[in-house]
Amino acid sequence: MDALARSDFIGKDATPTAEKRPWIFTRPTTKTGLVSWLTTVDHKRIGLLYGFSALFFFLVGGVEALMIRVQLAVPNNTFITHELYNELFTMHATTMIFLAVMPLSAAFFNYIMPLQIGARDVAFPRLNGFAFWVFLAGAVILNIGWFLKSGVPDVGWFGYAPLTSRAYSNQFAWDNSTDMWIMGLQILGVSSVIGSLNFIVTIINLRAPGLTMMRLPVFTWMTLITAFLIILSFPAITIALVEVMMDRSFSTNFFEVSNGGLPILWQHLFWVFGHPEVYILILPAMGIISEILPTFSRKPLFGYPIVVFSGAAIGFLGFGVWSHHMFTTGMGTVATAAFALATMAIAVPTGVKIFNWIGTLWGGHLMMRTPMMFALGFVWMFMMGGFSGIMHAAAPADAQQQDSYFVVAHFHYVLIGGSIFALFAGIHYWFPLIFGRKVSETWGKISFWIVFVGFNTTFFPMHFLGLNGMPRRTAVYDGNMNWNTPNLIATIGAFILAIGIATYFITIAYTYFKGEKAGRDTWDGRTLEWSLPNPPPEYNYAVIPTIHERDAFWYEKHHRAEIEAETASHAKEEASHGGIHMPSQSWFPFITAMFMLLGGLCFACKDSINDTLSHIDFVSARMGDHNIGILLAIVCGVFVVLGATLWAFEGPGGYHVHIEGEDDHGNGHGHH
Amino acid sequence: MSSHAAAGAIDHHHDHTTSTGIPNKKLFMWAFLASDCMFFGSLISTHLIYRLHPPPGSPVPRDIFSIELTSFSTFILLMSSLLMALAVNAIQKGNVRSTRRNLLGTIFFGLIFLGCQVFEFNHFVYEKGMTLKNSIFGSTFFTLTGTHGCHVAIGVLWLTLMYIRTFKPADADSGRHAWLTSTFSHLILFALAVVTWMYLVLGFINEAIESHVSGSMVTAYFSAHAVLFIVGVILAVALNLMSRAKGPIEFGEANAIDVEGAGLYWHFVDIVWIVIFTAVYLLEYL
Repeated sequence: MDALARSDFIGKDATPTAEKRPWIFTRPTTKTGLVSWLTTVDHKRIGLLYGFSALFFFLVGGVEALMIRVQLAVPNNTFITHELYNELFTMHATTMIFLAVMPLSAAFFNYIMPLQIGARDVAFPRLNGFAFWVFLAGAVILNIGWFLKSGVPDVGWFGYAPLTSRAYSNQFAWDNSTDMWIMGLQILGVSSVIGSLNFIVTIINLRAPGLTMMRLPVFTWMTLITAFLIILSFPAITIALVEVMMDRSFSTNFFEVSNGGLPILWQHLFWVFGHPEVYILILPAMGIISEILPTFSRKPLFGYPIVVFSGAAIGFLGFGVWSHHMFTTGMGTVATAAFALATMAIAVPTGVKIFNWIGTLWGGHLMMRTPMMFALGFVWMFMMGGFSGIMHAAAPADAQQQDSYFVVAHFHYVLIGGSIFALFAGIHYWFPLIFGRKVSETWGKISFWIVFVGFNTTFFPMHFLGLNGMPRRTAVYDGNMNWNTPNLIATIGAFILAIGIATYFITIAYTYFKGEKAGRDTWDGRTLEWSLPNPPPEYNYAVIPTIHERDAFWYEKHHRAEIEAETASHAKEEASHGGIHMPSQSWFPFITAMFMLLGGLCFACKDSINDTLSHIDFVSARMGDHNIGILLAIVCGVFVVLGATLWAFEGPGGYHVHIEGEDDHGNGHGHH
Repeated sequence: MSSHAAAGAIDHHHDHTTSTGIPNKKLFMWAFLASDCMFFGSLISTHLIYRLHPPPGSPVPRDIFSIELTSFSTFILLMSSLLMALAVNAIQKGNVRSTRRNLLGTIFFGLIFLGCQVFEFNHFVYEKGMTLKNSIFGSTFFTLTGTHGCHVAIGVLWLTLMYIRTFKPADADSGRHAWLTSTFSHLILFALAVVTWMYLVLGFINEAIESHVSGSMVTAYFSAHAVLFIVGVILAVALNLMSRAKGPIEFGEANAIDVEGAGLYWHFVDIVWIVIFTAVYLLEYL
């Protein structure tokens, strides 16, 4: 109770009647149970929410992929209908990109980045929770079609105009699937932009003392660059989606050829977003690899500044190459040549990174643990994807490969061999920190090898299929095209891959419940997060650390006396300022996001809603031909504004935690 | 914090709690504006691309625009930026009364701009026959300027909330005031007053254009809308009463960053309008 006597705050809390806030501003203080998760503002919990949702959707996308592979196993297969096939390849891509890889990266941004910069939370904790709930709203809108008559979106993940027009994608009055796709992606965009703005402010402004930009861990650097890519590229797709939404809902002419619309504009706007998006998917992965390789080579990262600048260069160049997705649209020779050269230029910083990773391994004391296996797998597989990428960069070659399985092989090498391998490596690497248990090396390595073999068996034959002319997005092929064997091998590979991923997740789940307890600093790590107990306490750092060198924790481990003295003096200083300040939980992020979900659904399903209601005499007699779906959406919009307003009036709140008490979790809760 | 405000010791250009000295809210707003640039960039590009490829039978922009009205509303919007800057300046000196006046002025000018836009859209649709649907020019024009109008409307709403927040009592948490109720009734009265007066004024302008202005026309208009007019006056008086000083308030110099954040947004939206005014309107007169 020493702490109680010392702080003004706690004194205030001792007379609980002193505060009479309106009931609507009730702030939950529970740390367990459903409410604690719905109202959480803790970046670690939000990270876990992102992670679990992403893994769930990863499995959904995986099942979709397996159904596609079963259909293609033999020629002229009738396992699924062509309509379902269209839905599957659309949803497989949309799910894997927006609902699996991006949120899994966001999970690491949320959980690890604030720890790496020595912060106690992100700059705007409630906004961070909001970003997650909005993400979930978008994910629900994209997938809810599975349970509705209208079905899920089937226009392909890049939804080329005029395929998304009412004439092509609404064979039936109740088919809202394209509207769901448009609304879902817009809402996901809101989530990504809000989350990224928060990360940008956090990384730039919440660094621990001494942590200069050029001392940031590379993963944090890649988070920053990715966040900038997101805030600058998502507006392009949002506007493109707004335009197609206006076309579908209010009969504008943006992509309506008969009234002067240009469908090619959709392609430009989409890929102005779409190409930076591939770096949004891969840069976080490169960041994770740049953490793992030094740790398990027991050496600092080779050429840190050049690795960071290469990441920034990739991000920058990534905005100038979008038209390489459109080489066959007849842009003209100058544009084609310019975009081909810019695309090849990106290979330079990427190659620099790979050489730096090799330089890191060179002469190191390699510890071949599971995260290292996935990381090495990443370097090799990502390079393979990179090589076929350079082949596409040459416009004449690309003209042959466009829309073929060669492209499918390429982007799966960079997305699975790249992003997923790295994210899996990251899960293994940070698992002991997050959950306090260590994954079994034997089962970890077994899962790695099954995934590795399955992945290559699935996707390597697709290079040959593509060069032999098999187009992507075809539900059936004839038996006389010489495509039978590679397709069968790919399907077998897909099942091996599925077994590998199942092994991976079963191992992880087993470890979560029964795994070997991990000690602090499991891997003899170099970056700050490893200085924390596992799992890290709510406030992360009892005393905000001071950074002296790039590998901050490595320095701490080798200058113990200096750090201890410094920590003791800083602890006193912080205590004199009232102790550890924590943000209060809040209902408003969740509530506001749920009204966004409802409003989005009402708007996307307006035709179905109006159609259904017009059959109910009671309603149709009173509402006439008002667009009830849109009216409902507007009502939800008003509630979104109201939620945001109350959120602002509620204020950030906050309470102080004192850790030198009886337990480690603070005994003082005082609100301002 | 209040002691700081009294001493005028708050440094509005350096926040010692952040690594860079830039307040978090300011950095957030700048990053958001970078993102918003891309939103408007995409929309303006769409408009300019389609401008170069008009299909046969497209409306001629010069025949549709009334450049005098748009020039006037552009000028008003620019002046609103001046008032916004004065509001930020006032709160940085801890002068809440002046902040309120300037916020109201900014809101008022923003509303004039929005009123002009409503009038303009009406005019284009009903007089000139240009709609969202019947030409690509209508599609891009209404979507682009409408998106900008939404930004202005959000700005007006934000500034209104900011204005009303300045009345929150300093001891709000003591339970002695039902401050949330009074805040929301204040907000609702404000919104009603705005809608009533905009309806009256826009209707009057419309009437004035259709039948020439004369004493009898003014009398006829206001006697036809007598009830609404009286409601408007009552609302104005009620708002005036609600905004009388009632003891210490919470809002002060420490909130300068909040006003500044809204100000950044407001100035940005104005700058975007300068670009739109040039690229969409003036370009047609070259």
